Amino acid sequence: MPVMTYLDAIRQGIWEEMERDPSVFLLGEDIGDYGGAFKVTAGMLKKFGAERVIDTPISESAIVGAAVGAALMGMRPVAEMQFMDFISCGFDQIVNMAAKIHYRWGAKVPLVIRGPSGAGVHGGPFHSQSNEMWFVHTPGLKVVVPATAYDAKGLIKAAIRDDNPVLYFEHKFLYRRIKDEVPEGDYTVPIGQARVAREGTDIAVITYGAMVWTALEAAEQLAKEGVSLEVVDLRSLLPYDEQAVLATVRKCNKVILLHEGTRTGGMAGELAALLAEKAFEDLDGPIVRITAPDTPVPFSPPLEEFFLPNAKKVAEAARKLAAY
Amino acid sequence: MEASHAAAGTVQLTEVSASGTPPGPMQIDRAQRTPPAVLKDLLEKMLLIRRFEEKAAELYSMGKIGGFCHLYIGQEAVGVGAISTLGPDDYILASYREHGQALARGLDPGEIMAELCGKKSGVSKGKGGSMHLFDKPRGFLGGHAIVGGQIPLAAGVAFAEKYLKKPSVTLCFFGEAAVNIGSFHESLNLAALWKLPVIYICENNRFGMGTPIERTSALYDLSQKACAYNMARGCVDGMDVLAVRETVAEAVERARSQSAPTLIEARTYRFMGHSMSDPVHGHYRTKAEVEEQRRHDPIKVFIATLESLGVVSPADIEELNEKVRDSVEDAVAFSERSEEPEPLELHTDVYVP
Ligand SMILES: Cc1ncc(C[n+]2csc(CCOP(=O)(O)OP(=O)(O)O)c2C)c(N)n1
Repeated sequence: MPVMTYLDAIRQGIWEEMERDPSVFLLGEDIGDYGGAFKVTAGMLKKFGAERVIDTPISESAIVGAAVGAALMGMRPVAEMQFMDFISCGFDQIVNMAAKIHYRWGAKVPLVIRGPSGAGVHGGPFHSQSNEMWFVHTPGLKVVVPATAYDAKGLIKAAIRDDNPVLYFEHKFLYRRIKDEVPEGDYTVPIGQARVAREGTDIAVITYGAMVWTALEAAEQLAKEGVSLEVVDLRSLLPYDEQAVLATVRKCNKVILLHEGTRTGGMAGELAALLAEKAFEDLDGPIVRITAPDTPVPFSPPLEEFFLPNAKKVAEAARKLAAY
Repeated sequence: MEASHAAAGTVQLTEVSASGTPPGPMQIDRAQRTPPAVLKDLLEKMLLIRRFEEKAAELYSMGKIGGFCHLYIGQEAVGVGAISTLGPDDYILASYREHGQALARGLDPGEIMAELCGKKSGVSKGKGGSMHLFDKPRGFLGGHAIVGGQIPLAAGVAFAEKYLKKPSVTLCFFGEAAVNIGSFHESLNLAALWKLPVIYICENNRFGMGTPIERTSALYDLSQKACAYNMARGCVDGMDVLAVRETVAEAVERARSQSAPTLIEARTYRFMGHSMSDPVHGHYRTKAEVEEQRRHDPIKVFIATLESLGVVSPADIEELNEKVRDSVEDAVAFSERSEEPEPLELHTDVYVP
C-alpha cells in the first residue's frame, strides 16, 4: 500500500472528489497559482482550471458566505481558511447562516471549510490556535479532526459528500511530519466514528488530532513499565462517537482525556460529563484531563513547549492514575 | 508559509551607495526644500531598517528566529516618510509587517530583536513574536497578525483621542490586500462619519502573499475607495521617502485642523518573499520583475538624490552605515544576552490582575 504524508493524503482526497463530482470546487486565498500557504492545493489549478480552483481576496466572510450560497444551489464548495485562526472573520456566515439553514428551511448546504490549526511551529497567538470547540458548540455543523494520513483522506471525502456543513480541522504540525499507509482509490471514513489507535487494558486515553501521536508515544513508554494504555482517536468531535468512548472506559476503567485545545470548555469537559452520567459505575479512578492551559498560545518557543501537552506529561499522569 | 528555516536562505546585503541609480526626478526638488538634518535623519532610519531586516533574515536562517517573519525590505520609504510627520503624542498601528514602522517610531532595536527571538526582554515579553510588537509609551499600538485587524482599532484610538480633546493623530498601516476585508469598509465609514483624526495608509506592494492585486481587487486605483465614504484621499510614490512625507504631512494637517480622515495609497514593492519561509519569486512573480524593481530601491534613489545635491558625501554614507550597523549589532547582542521567559510566565498577563 502506498505510504504518504498527511498533507498529500488531504490533497489526494480533494483531488479525487474533484474528479468524481463536477459540483465540487475550491475557493480560498492563494490556493491557485501559489498552491496554498502550505501547498495543500498545489497542482490543482493546472489540473482543474481557474473556474474550479478560485483564488479569492482576503475576505473570509465573503468566502464562507459565497460557499454557503453556492451550496444552497447544489454545489459542493470546499473553502480553505489559510489558518483556521482567521475563520473568526467569517464566523457569522458559519454559525448563523450555514449551521441553521437546514433547521430553518429544510434546505441543504453541503460545504466544507478546511484549514490548518494547532501549535508547534512558533506561529504565535494568531497562527496556532486549536479553535475547534468554537464550532462544536454550534448545532447544525459537523466537526472532524483527522490524525492520520488514512483518516485525512477518508474524512475529507466523507466531508465533501456529506450534505451538511462540515468543518475539517487539519493539524499543521502533522502536514509533513507523519506518513502512513493510504490505500489507492476510493474509500471514506464515516463522520462520527472513532477508532482504537492502540489496544490496551489499564487506562483509556481518549484524544484527537496531533495528540493521538503524543498518546501513542506515551503508551509505548508505559508499555515498557508494564502499564497498558488504550488510545482512542475520536476523529469526529461533532457528532462524537459516544459508544466508542463508553466502550473503552468500560474496558479499562480508568481514563485520561487529552487535547491540545485549552481546558475550560474543551472537549475533555464534555467527555467527562458523559462519563459521569453514563459510566459512573465503571470508573476505578478519577477522570484525568490533560489539556493546554487556559492561556493564548505564546510565541516564544520555550513557552509554547510548556503550553503544549506532551508524551512526558501524559506518561506522568498515567503512572499516577495506574497507581491509584 | 510553513515555518522552515531553510526555505528562503539568507538575504543578499544591499550595497549602500547610489551605485549607478539615478536620483528621483521629483525627489530633488523636494529635497531642496527640506532641511539637511531632516534628510540625513530619514536616510539613517531607512538604513537602520534595511540593516535590521537583513540581520533578522540571517538570524531566521540560523534558526534563532522561528515562526513567521515578514520583512519590510523595499518598503522603507513608506514607514519612514509617513512616521517622520508625527509628533511624540501621535499613534501608529500596523500589520504583521511592522518591524520597519516600529524602528521608524524609535522603539528600541534591541527590544524588537529580542521579541523576534522570543526573549523575555522583548517588547511583548516574547509572547507575541515578530508580528505582535507593541509599545504604548511610544505610541506604537501593534503589530496585528489578522489582516485588517488594526483598521477598526485605529478608528477607536482616534475616537478616544478626539473624545478626550487631545490633539493627536493616528496613522494606520496595512497592505493592499487588506482593503478586501470587511473591517476596512466598516471602519472607513465610521472614520468619515465620526470625523476622526485618522490617516489610513495602504502600502500597495502589489502582492498579497502570492497573489497579485489584479486577481483580487476589482479596482486597482485603491485610494478611490475613499470616495465611497466621502473621505479625502491621496496616492503617492511609495519608493520616494520625500513624496510620502509630503502627502502624509498634508493628511496630518487635515486631521489636526479639521479632524478629518484620509486614505492614502503608497505604491511600493516588497523585495523579499511574503515571509521568511516564502520564496522571493516563483509562480507569482518573475526574478526579472524583482530585479527591475530593485533598480528603484528607495534607499539607493535617496542616496543618489542627496549626493547629487551635495547633502551627503560617500564618507557621510559610510559613517551612517557604520552607525546603523553598530545599532543592529548591539540589538543582536542585547537579544543574545537576554534570557528566555520562565515557563510560568505563560500564565501571567492573561487577565489584568
Ligand atoms: C484575516 C486574515 N486572513 C488571511 C491571513 C493570512 N495572510 C497574512 S498576510 C496575507 C497577505 C496580505 O497582503 P497585504 O495585505 O497586501 O500585505 P503585505 O503582506 O503585502 O504587507 C495573508 C493572506 C491573515 N493573517 N488574516
